[in-house]
Amino acid sequence: MSVSVQEADFDAGAEIAALSAGREDVGAVASFVGLVRADKAADSAVGAGGEAAVAAMTLEHYPGMTETALEDIVKEARQRWEFFDVRVIHRVGRLLPGDRIVLVAVASAHRGEAFAACEFIMDYLKTRAPFWKKEETPEGGRWVDARESDDHAARRWNSGAD
Amino acid sequence: MGVKILFFAGLREALGTGAESLALPADVVTVGALREHLAARGEAWSALATMKNLRVAVNQQMVGLDAPVKAGDEVAFFPPVTGG
Repeated sequence: MSVSVQEADFDAGAEIAALSAGREDVGAVASFVGLVRADKAADSAVGAGGEAAVAAMTLEHYPGMTETALEDIVKEARQRWEFFDVRVIHRVGRLLPGDRIVLVAVASAHRGEAFAACEFIMDYLKTRAPFWKKEETPEGGRWVDARESDDHAARRWNSGAD
Repeated sequence: MGVKILFFAGLREALGTGAESLALPADVVTVGALREHLAARGEAWSALATMKNLRVAVNQQMVGLDAPVKAGDEVAFFPPVTGG
């Protein structure tokens, strides 16, 4: 397991390749890459329409707790699914539209475990890892509001529906 | 020894500080009581009492407002997280 919180960009292809390098038991690698979106924040609490485009975004975090929280989330995923290895990278600092923010990649024997664990880790990261986004717009800075849909996405893993 | 208190994101900006050390008053034994103690400073600090969905971590683990707090702890107050 490897978790990184860093300002630097990452090479998603190289990270994914590294998960199966030198081994023949990996049959599936599922990955997710999150990017900075420039469009107006239609999902903010203020509501759709009339909001300025995002010129840049600054990600703040809680050094120390962030890494622990991400490792705890991976451990929880391991209790639910069998997989070989995980790579989680989350960037902090100032990012521009189109920049990569986060990578989650999971290597397993079969695709089901890789898909599920990857989505679970992302859903929990969204609601439990101490990161905060502040958007820069022509009208000034604004902290991104937490979304109800993210809480809902994380909760569904406890509904027994998985 | 007191507690180390941290504030993040919009709360840090509203309070104008990201960290402080505080000698714990004898009657402050829970996170919720610490929150009320700080909110009683008034003005910007009252946001701690009125903020919806305030999150708290003690020693870098998320906890509820009824969690105990003692000298030597690191207590962090922050808004709901928005990473990913």
